[in-house]
Amino acid sequence: MGFIQTVLSGKSERMPRKLGPEQMSPDRGLDDTIKRLTPERIESTIKRVMEKETAGRLRVYLDTCVHCGLCSNACHTYLSRDKDPEFSPVAKVKNTLWEMVKRKGKVDAEFIKNAARIAFTECGACRRCSMYCPFGIDIAYLILVVRRVCNLLGVVPAYLQDTTNSHAATSNQMWVQRDEWIDTLQWQEEDAQGVIAKARIPLEKEGADIMYSVIAPEPKILAQLINYMAQIMTIAGLDWTMPATDGWDNSNMAMYSGDFETMGRVERQHYETALRLKVKRIVMGECGHAFRGAVYDGPKWLTWKNPPIPMVHAVDFYYDLITSGRIKIVNKFKEPITVQDPCNIVRGLGLGQKLRYIMNALCEDFRDVSPRFEHNYCCMAGGGVINCGPPWKKSRMLSIKVKADQLAATGAKVIVTPCHNCHSGIEDIIKYYKLGMHTKFICEILVDAMEIPQHLKA
Amino acid sequence: MQDIKVADSKVAVEDGPPEIDWGTSEKLLADVGEIKERFPVVHEPVVSPDGERFAAPVKIDDGRFTMCVNGTVWDQTFEVLWYPRFSPDGRLTVLVRDDDEWTVAVEGRPWEEKFEYAWNTMFSKDGKVIAAQAKRDMKYRIVVDGDLWSHEFISIRDLAVSAAGDKVAAIVQSVPLKEADIFGFMEGTWTVAVNDKTWDRNFVNVYCPTISPDDRHVAVEVRLDICEYTIARDNLLWNEKFGCVWEPSFLPDNGAVIAPVRTEGSWTLARDGSPAWSGRYAQLWHQKISPNGKRIAAVVAPAFGKWTIAVDDSAWEKTYDDAVLEPVFSPDSQRIAAVVKDRNRWTIAVDGVPWTEEFDMVWDPVFSPDSSRVAAKIERNGRYSIAIDGKVWSRGFEALWNPLFSPDGSSLLVKAVEDGKYYRRIVPAYEIL
Repeated sequence: MGFIQTVLSGKSERMPRKLGPEQMSPDRGLDDTIKRLTPERIESTIKRVMEKETAGRLRVYLDTCVHCGLCSNACHTYLSRDKDPEFSPVAKVKNTLWEMVKRKGKVDAEFIKNAARIAFTECGACRRCSMYCPFGIDIAYLILVVRRVCNLLGVVPAYLQDTTNSHAATSNQMWVQRDEWIDTLQWQEEDAQGVIAKARIPLEKEGADIMYSVIAPEPKILAQLINYMAQIMTIAGLDWTMPATDGWDNSNMAMYSGDFETMGRVERQHYETALRLKVKRIVMGECGHAFRGAVYDGPKWLTWKNPPIPMVHAVDFYYDLITSGRIKIVNKFKEPITVQDPCNIVRGLGLGQKLRYIMNALCEDFRDVSPRFEHNYCCMAGGGVINCGPPWKKSRMLSIKVKADQLAATGAKVIVTPCHNCHSGIEDIIKYYKLGMHTKFICEILVDAMEIPQHLKA
Repeated sequence: MQDIKVADSKVAVEDGPPEIDWGTSEKLLADVGEIKERFPVVHEPVVSPDGERFAAPVKIDDGRFTMCVNGTVWDQTFEVLWYPRFSPDGRLTVLVRDDDEWTVAVEGRPWEEKFEYAWNTMFSKDGKVIAAQAKRDMKYRIVVDGDLWSHEFISIRDLAVSAAGDKVAAIVQSVPLKEADIFGFMEGTWTVAVNDKTWDRNFVNVYCPTISPDDRHVAVEVRLDICEYTIARDNLLWNEKFGCVWEPSFLPDNGAVIAPVRTEGSWTLARDGSPAWSGRYAQLWHQKISPNGKRIAAVVAPAFGKWTIAVDDSAWEKTYDDAVLEPVFSPDSQRIAAVVKDRNRWTIAVDGVPWTEEFDMVWDPVFSPDSSRVAAKIERNGRYSIAIDGKVWSRGFEALWNPLFSPDGSSLLVKAVEDGKYYRRIVPAYEIL
């Protein structure tokens, strides 16, 4: 019997084992909430999810898995933690969902707390393991089922739950007030006009070709990115708008906390805003999970087979701008630079080639990562993991050493991260592993590289 | 600076919407090209409901903003000016900033109250009441016709103004919440404020304030727990709880409330908490009540990814893969039209049958007063036109606003920019057909 099989059989002497402080951090969202649980509530909630919400998909996955453990080598947490089988994808499912099913929901509050720890903080739902599974089982889906159970029980890491609460109250993930949003756009328009005299952020322009949507960290802490997009849109001569109402935030951490009702409400607001503005497409900023939420999970919950208004990720958008000649590159980035393949737009959508076209078009010394494209390692920030906040940062860092090694091997000084979670997560990795690098979004490089016709300059 | 001759424009009257001039076939009201040459910056224009005024925010030579109405600028200028909106009674409102203070300006006259920020101008159905949201001293307020509510709130989200303007309702956060206080959040920090009075209970979340047509009642969606939602009417909850709910509506005769509710993974329509429809749908929203109050139509998905309209719980046979927008009843309550989208092409469906013509974009359908005809603004290849009963007018425009049928249905009010000039025209329907 192999090591993984031993773990899966439950015969390993290492199970159960005591968790280190970096692995089970104090978190009010887990520690305090489980005190309110009763065996009856746990059992009925698990039964509800198993019998009324997951249908055949869950059963097929559970019945198909042959416990081979081939998913293990796909997982960055397993690879980063000395191939500890406890961190293999199949073990994460075994220690959570399988037990819930096997015991018919008769698990205790401590079990739920441990399941929440595993599901929320040790899996980024990146889906790399699905490629290594001989049957293509969507193991991340199984983890999201665990999160759904935990959400209905109210057992969610506090910082992630707070983000979901913000979505529920404000339709955006950072408690941005409505006036703050509009004020920020007006301020960024003025800043953009300092570079390009006629730069505009047209608000509420009904019938525009494009609605541009962003995630809440942009108006909150990275407002200059909106200014950059105003410059890019103006140079490209595009007819675009941004809403002055809720519905501007395309992100969706409720998808990852298991609050599907809030997830659906947020996505409905996003698309109904685009439908109200009569735009022909939505272009979204550089974010991966937001693409997944807006194009796959959110619309599906609402019963849209496809988004009612086509959604274009920034990487796709920039590729079109450069290849069509709408944006001309005249000043390439010179430092050694590499790139992060965000899971949700490269493994999930296949934008890896276009991303490299952009990198080569904008940069003189592009150094690719290995592995890359759909085989790239997750940053361990997506999937809601970074949103679990400071209590889990050490654990997250220990689970992503393989990423640090991968980035260091490129010899690059700068990493392009066309995803907000990747951006923040890799900044953490750089600091923790002292890589001496820094991250940039594509638009930061693009505004410096693109030609600004003389007549448009401020 | 070029002078152009324009027809006399009507100024809004104090006692209701201006009479629409159906007798003058064409008025040239603004030379848009000249306006764009005259000012360094011209923003998106708006047009009055009667089509008599074409107004655009413009930047003048000293860098300040004002409104240019039919080619003539206001005397008042502002640091910033945006969100021009005509009230239903024809008054031109804008949000303005001066000396770093924001307020609403109506026909160029700013309200006396000034704020750190003001936004979301809203009107009663007749346009007599104007409301807006505002922030002062980091607290959020409601302003109605320039007067501040006495209560201030931690936050304000959705706002509604009743048809006659007698009620203004807002979703408000009445209890402060510390950063990442997940337990305080679940105890409830949100409630409803109606005419400056706050309901006496809080909820986890509150959405979509809706006021009854007679201005008497207010209904909202409320969230009571992690996955427990219901409807509250005048601060009283339905007895039944649901996995999710969408926007409520009032039935006109007795103040009953209907709303889409989700149970066991599918949607249906509930009335005062009890099932109103027996049909179960993969999705149901945007229910509308006919003018006579006897029929209900809603956007539904009978199956995953299949969208259509259900009328009194009976879905149209034809479905659409992409989207169906909210249904529009004819004045006689007998017909229903809706914008539909399939394979990324837009058209209008009337009583279950789509027009054969498809468009790059289509706007909400408009019925003639006798309910016999349906018109809509459409877009093809970057030009705008009007279609009636599926037939597209041969004329195209650079810009176009929604058409309006004359009382006898024989003509349409067409507000359009053609060859760089804004015209208001009365066009016989037969010319389009």
